[in-house]
Amino acid sequence: MAINNPFTSLFGKSPIKPMQDHMTVACATAEELIPFFQAVTAGNWQDAEAIQQRIAERENEADDLKKNLRLHLPKSLFLPVPRTDLLELLSMQDAIANCARDIAGIMLGRKMAIPEFIQSHMQEFVQSAVDAANQALKAINELDELLETGFSGYELTVVENLIEELDNREHLSDKLEVQIRAALFAIEDDLRPVNVMFLYRVIEWIGELSNRAQRVGSRLQLLLAR
Amino acid sequence: MSVIAEYGTVLLVLACVFGVFMAWGVGANDVANAMGTSVGSRALTIKQAIIIAMVFEFLGAYLAGGEVTSTIRKGIIDPAILTDTPELLVYGMLSALLAAGTWLLAASLWGWPVSTTHSIVGAIVGFAAVGIGIDAVDWARVGSIVASWVVSPVLAGSISYGLFRSVQVLILNTDKPFQNAKRFIPIYMFAVGFLIAMVTMVKGLKHVFADAGMALSYGESAGYATLIGLAVMAIGVVLLKRIREDDAAVLSRNRFASVERVFAVLMIFTACAMAFAHGSNDVANAVGPMAAVYSVIVNEGVIGASATMPNWVLLLGGLGIVAGLGTYGYKVIATVGRKITELTPSRGFAAELGAAATVVLASGTGLPVSTTHTLVGAILGVGLARGIGALNLSVIGTIFMSWIITLPVGAVLAIIFFFTFKTVLS
Repeated sequence: MAINNPFTSLFGKSPIKPMQDHMTVACATAEELIPFFQAVTAGNWQDAEAIQQRIAERENEADDLKKNLRLHLPKSLFLPVPRTDLLELLSMQDAIANCARDIAGIMLGRKMAIPEFIQSHMQEFVQSAVDAANQALKAINELDELLETGFSGYELTVVENLIEELDNREHLSDKLEVQIRAALFAIEDDLRPVNVMFLYRVIEWIGELSNRAQRVGSRLQLLLAR
Repeated sequence: MSVIAEYGTVLLVLACVFGVFMAWGVGANDVANAMGTSVGSRALTIKQAIIIAMVFEFLGAYLAGGEVTSTIRKGIIDPAILTDTPELLVYGMLSALLAAGTWLLAASLWGWPVSTTHSIVGAIVGFAAVGIGIDAVDWARVGSIVASWVVSPVLAGSISYGLFRSVQVLILNTDKPFQNAKRFIPIYMFAVGFLIAMVTMVKGLKHVFADAGMALSYGESAGYATLIGLAVMAIGVVLLKRIREDDAAVLSRNRFASVERVFAVLMIFTACAMAFAHGSNDVANAVGPMAAVYSVIVNEGVIGASATMPNWVLLLGGLGIVAGLGTYGYKVIATVGRKITELTPSRGFAAELGAAATVVLASGTGLPVSTTHTLVGAILGVGLARGIGALNLSVIGTIFMSWIITLPVGAVLAIIFFFTFKTVLS
C-alpha cells in the first residue's frame, strides 16, 4: 500500500474551516451577554451565574480551537494567504471571546446592579456590540467562498460590503456608548462612587467588544488587499 | 548466439511474465494517483473511476504508448554496441524488469514513494553502464530524460496555473458564476478532446496506421482532432443540460456548490484524459523491455533489425494494467481519494488537465516522465493561483529524495540480476 504517497501527503488540512469554526464559537460567547444582561437587570443572580458559566465554557472552547489551529499551521504549509495574517486574524477573533468573558466575570464577581435609569440604554448598547460581532462572523464566513474564487474578483466586493456594514455597526455602538456615558454621568452623584467607576469600566469593555469585532473586519480586509 | 537459439522461447516467456508483473504493479499502485483526484473531489465514484481507468489506460497504452516504449526499448542503450552479444541485451532487459518490479513491490510494502519511470530508467542505465560498458549508454538521451523529470512538473504547473486563472476570470470571479460555468466549460471539454486526439494521431498512431497502410498529414490530423473535440464537447453539453442551479445550493453556506457540480461534469472528461495520458506513458515502462527482448529473439539475435514492434506487446501491457486495477488498484484509489477531499472539482480539473496535457506531450515525444510528479507539479500550480487551502511543501523534498534513492537502487538491483542471469545462462 502506498501510505507515504507524495501525492496524498501533498494535501494539508485547510485552515479556512477551523478559522470559521473558531469565529462561530467566539461570537456565540459574545451572544450570551444578552441573556446575561437580562438576568442582571432582573437581579436574578442565579441565572446570571449559570450564564457566566456557559460564557466561560465557550471561551475555553474557543481557546482550544485556537491552539489546535495554531499547532496545525506549520511553516511548511503553502497557504493561499500569508500564514502570519491568518494567525493574527485568529488572535483578533479570540479577543472577542476574551472580552465577553471579562465583562461577565467582573459583573458577576461584583454583583453589579444596573441603575434603572440606564437599563434600556445598556440593553441597546450590549445588543449593538453583539450585532457587530455577528457581522464580523458573517464576513469570516465568506472565507470559504473567498478561497473558492482564489481571493479575488466579485467575491471581494461581497466581503467589502460586509465589512462596511460592520463599520456602520461599530459606529452605532460608539454613538450608544456616548449616550450611555452621558446618562450615567447625569445620575452618578446618586450612586456609590466605586460602583460608578466599575460601571464606566464595563461600558468601556462593551465598547471594546465592538471595537474588536471591527478589528477582525479590518484584519480581514488587510488579508485581502494584496 | 547459441543461448538465444537454445533458450529463446523460455527467455521470451520470462520477459512476458516480468513485463506483465510490472504492468500489474503499475495498475495496482500508480494509477491510483491519476484517478484519485477525481474520486477525492467526488466527481466520480470509485466504480466509475475504475471503469474509466480500465478503458482509457488501455486505449492510452495501445494508441499512444509506442513512442515511449521505443525510447525504453532502444533509446537509452545504444544497440549498435551489442551487435556481437545480443544475449546481453536480453539479460539486461530481463534484469531491468525484475529489478524495477522488485523495487516497486518492496517500496510499496514499506510505503515509500517511488516512481515506476525512475526505477526502470535507473535499472536500464545501471545494467548497461556497469554490465556492458559506460559507452553503451546514450548519455545525451538519458540527460534529456532526466531533464524532462524537472521540466514536466514545472510545465504542468504552468499549464494548470493558466487554466485555473482562466477559470477565475471567466467563471468564478463573475457575478453569475453558474451561468458562466455552463457557457465556458464546453470549451475546456473541446480542449480535452482535441488535445488527446491530436497527440494520438500525430505521434501515437504511427504503428496502428502503418499496419493499415494509412498516413495522415498534419493538417488532416488537426481536422480530425477538431471533429473529435467537437464531438466530446457535444457529449459534454448534453451532460451539462441535466445540471440545474437548485435553490438549496444557493441558500447553503457556500454559494459555489452548484458551480462545482458543473465542474464535476468536466472532471469526468479530464479523468479520461488523465487515464489516457498515464496509459500512454507508464505502460511503456513495462512494455519497453519486453519489446526489446522480443525483437532480439524474433530476429534470432540480430539487433537493430528494423522489426516494428508488434501490437500484441502493447496489448499485453494494457491488459496487465487493467488486471492490476481490477485486483488491487481499486483499493488504492479509494485510499488516495479519501485523503484528498480538500480538492474541489474546479481545481481538480485544472490540475488533471495540466498534468494530462504535459504527460501526453511527453508520450508523443517519447520521454518517459513520472505521472505522479507531474500531477504534483500541476497541483502546486493551482495552489500558486491561491486556489487550495493548504499544500504541504515538504512533499517537494520527498520527491527529490525519491529521485536520489530510486535511481541508484534500481541500478544496483539490475546489476545484481544482470550478473546472475549471465552466470546462470552462459
